[in-house]
Amino acid sequence: MKHLQEYRDPVLARRLLAELRATATTPWTIMEVCGGQTHTIVRQGIDELLPAGIRMIHGPGCPVCVTPLETIDRALAIAARPDVIFTSYGDMLRVPGTSDDLLALKARGADVRVVYTPLDAVRIARENPGREVVFLAVGFETTAPANAMAVLHAATTGVTNFSVLVSHVLVPPAITALMDDPDTQVQAFLAAGHVCAVMGWTEYEPIAEKYGVPVVVTGFEPLDLLEGILMAVRQLEQGRAEVENQYARAVRRSGNTAARDAMRRVFRVTDRTWRGIGPIKASGLELNPEFARHDAETRFAVGDLVTRESPDCIAGDILRGTRVPTDCAAYGRTCTPRTPLGAPMVSSEGTCAAFFNAGRTTEHR
Amino acid sequence: MCLGIPGRIVTLDDAEPRSGTVDFDGLRRPVCLAYTPEAEVGDYVIVHVGFAITLVDEDEAARTLAVLRAMPDAIETELGA
Amino acid sequence: MTLSCPVPRVETERVLLGHGSGGQLMAELLAEVITPELGLTGPMEDAALIGLDQVFSTDSYVVTPRFFPGGDIGSLAVHGTVNDLAMRGARPIALSLAYIIEEGLPIAELRDITHSAAAAARAVGVPVVTGDTKVVGRGAADGIYLTTTGVGVRLRNAWPSAASAQPGDVVLVSGPIGRHGVAILSAREGLGFEADVSSDSRPLHELVAAMIAAGGADVHALRDPTRGGLAGSLNEIAAASRVCVEIVESAVPVPAPVAAACDLLGLDPWHVANEGCLVAFVAPASADAVLEAMRGLPEGAQAAVIGEVTHGVPGRVLAHTLVGSSRVVDVLVGEQLPRIC
Repeated sequence: MKHLQEYRDPVLARRLLAELRATATTPWTIMEVCGGQTHTIVRQGIDELLPAGIRMIHGPGCPVCVTPLETIDRALAIAARPDVIFTSYGDMLRVPGTSDDLLALKARGADVRVVYTPLDAVRIARENPGREVVFLAVGFETTAPANAMAVLHAATTGVTNFSVLVSHVLVPPAITALMDDPDTQVQAFLAAGHVCAVMGWTEYEPIAEKYGVPVVVTGFEPLDLLEGILMAVRQLEQGRAEVENQYARAVRRSGNTAARDAMRRVFRVTDRTWRGIGPIKASGLELNPEFARHDAETRFAVGDLVTRESPDCIAGDILRGTRVPTDCAAYGRTCTPRTPLGAPMVSSEGTCAAFFNAGRTTEHR
Repeated sequence: MCLGIPGRIVTLDDAEPRSGTVDFDGLRRPVCLAYTPEAEVGDYVIVHVGFAITLVDEDEAARTLAVLRAMPDAIETELGA
Repeated sequence: MTLSCPVPRVETERVLLGHGSGGQLMAELLAEVITPELGLTGPMEDAALIGLDQVFSTDSYVVTPRFFPGGDIGSLAVHGTVNDLAMRGARPIALSLAYIIEEGLPIAELRDITHSAAAAARAVGVPVVTGDTKVVGRGAADGIYLTTTGVGVRLRNAWPSAASAQPGDVVLVSGPIGRHGVAILSAREGLGFEADVSSDSRPLHELVAAMIAAGGADVHALRDPTRGGLAGSLNEIAAASRVCVEIVESAVPVPAPVAAACDLLGLDPWHVANEGCLVAFVAPASADAVLEAMRGLPEGAQAAVIGEVTHGVPGRVLAHTLVGSSRVVDVLVGEQLPRIC
C-alpha cells in the first residue's frame, strides 16, 4: 500500500540501525507514548535491535488501559439493562471491571455490539428507535473528533435515543505528570503521530523547554520508529531539547483545525483519573452542557458503584516506565492475556500484552 | 493507539457530513471526510475509525523517503550479544 | 500516583464466543471439559485414523453471512470436511450432511445451499450418502447449521500427523493466507467495507495427492489453518510434535487487500481464518519435489517455503521479522476484535 509499505523496507531499516549505532555514544532512555508505536516496536523486535544502552520505555499510550475502573463498571451497569444496545470499539470488550467485562455480559444475553466507527452507533440508534443506544467514547485526541462528530450528527438529525459514555484522555498532561515524577527515567519522547495530526505539536514545545527533553513526533511503521529514535538520539547527543517532526507526511505544526473545532464544540477539558496512575488534572474530556441530553452518565442513573481494585499488579510502575512487565511477579503466571489482572495486559497495545505476545519472558531473554 | 492507515479517495458523496469512498489496496470503505475539507478524489488520507484525520502530504512523503534512501549502506557488523 | 489493579476475572461458568474461535480459549475448553470426559488422548488432529487405512472426520458449519464472496455455507461444509480428511493423507469416499434449520428460513435458501453442497461434492467426486434434517423454533438457531462427517481412505505412503514434524523439516504454505476471514468480514454489515477478496474455500484433496505422490512419508504434517489462522496451526504442530518452528515473516504470502483489511481493523493476518490453503512440514530431501508438485496445480500455484523446523525451544513458533529481529508467534486468545488502539 502506498505511503505504508515503503516504511517497512528491511534494507532501510538496517541502514537506520547502523546510523543509530554510529550516533549513540552513551546510554539514553526514550519513551514512546503511543500504544500503536509500542505494538510495532515489540512485534518487529525493534527494541532488541537497538544499540546497547538505548532503552525504550513504553508509555501510557493506551486509552483502553487507562480507562478508569469506575467508567468500565458504569459501562457494564448500563450494558446490562435490557432496553440498551451497548456499542463500543472492539478493544474495550475484554477490559475487566470490578467483577465483569463486556464480553462476559454479552455471553449472558446483553446486547453488546462492536462498531468500527462511531457513526455506525448512531445508525444503529436511528434503526432502533425503541431502544437506547449507548456508545463508549474512549480514546486520545485522535479519536475525539470522530466521537464528537457522532454526537453532532445525532444532535442535528434528531437521533434522541443515542448517548455517549465519555472517557477521553489527553496526552500532554500525562507526559507532564510523568516528568514531574522525581523517579522518572525518561530523557526524550516519541510523541504520538496521529494525536499530533489532530492537535499539532505546539503543546509539546513548553514541555520540551521546561523539562529539557527532546520530543519527536513519530509515525507507526518500523522505519518511522527507527527514524524517530534516531532523531531523538541525535538531539540528546547534541544537548538539544526541541520538538521535531519525523511524521512530516501526516503532521503539521497547526494540526487539523476542523477536527479541533468539532472537539471544542462537543467536549470540554476536565480532570480525569488514569487507571494505574491516578488522577491527573485537566487531562480528560467531557461533554459540553449543550449536549447533556446525549450524556449517558446523566441519562442512566446507575447508583453507587462499588469499585474494588487489588494492589497486585504493578500497572502504575509499568505506565510510569519505571519497571518492565518481566519485573512483575504476576506477569506470565497469574496475569496473562487470557487471564488479565490489569488493563496493560488486556489490550494488545498494553505494554504487558505486547511483551507477552512477543514471547518476552525471562527465559526468552 | 490511533490505528490509522493511508488510503486513496476514489469517490466523493453528496452526503452531510462530507464523505466518500476510500480505497486501501483493493479494499474500499466509506469514510467521513468532514475533517479534510480540502481533500479531493485521488488524494491520500489517513483514516482512523472511519474518519480521515489528515491529508497525506505527497511532497513531505517523498522527502522523507529520499532522506531514508540516501542513508549509507550498512556495513554488516556482527549482531548479537 | 497510586498503584492500582483490578481483581482477576476469569469466566469459568459460561461458554463465550471466544471458546469457538480456534484459539487458546477453545484449546482450554477442549482440554478441561471435553477430552477428559470422552477419554481422548493423543495429539489433536484434523481427522482420526481408524485402524491402518480408514480416516474419519466431522465438522459443523455456522458461518454468517451464509453467502459470501467465493462461497457459501453449503460448499464450505463439503470442502471443510474433505480437507480435514486430506490433512491425514486420505482420499474422501463418502460424506454425510446434517441440517439444523431455524423455523422461518426461506425454502429457496435451503434449496440454494443444498444445491451448492451437492455441486461441491460432485466436483470432488464424493457422494453424500446419508444425513439428517431437524427444524428448531424461531430464534433457536441462526438460520441454518450444517454438519458434515466424512470417511476417507489413506493414500499409499501417506502418514501425515500433527505429531510427526521433525527438526530440519521445511515448512511450506500452499498459497496466500487470510482470504476467507477477510471475505467474511467484508460481507458483514457491521464493518462496512468491500474488498477485492473472495474466500479461498476449495477442496485440497488433489493437492495433497500430488504432494504425497512426490514426497510420500516425507510429508510429515499437514494442516489447513481454519479458525485460529496460520499462527494457530503452526503452534498446534509445534506443540504436538514438540519442536521449534521458525518462519520468515516476509515469505508468508498475504494478498494486498487482506493486508489492508488487517491494517485497518488492527487484526493479525496470521490469525485470520482460511478455507483453501494448507501448511505442510516436509523432510528436506523431498521439499523441492513436493513444492514443485504443489505449484503444478491451480490450488498450489503460489506455494512457497516459509520456514523450517529447528532445534530451538520445543513448542515455540518464532517469526523472523522484516527488520531482522525475531518474536514469538502467539496463539489467538479468544475472538479477534477490531481495535482502535
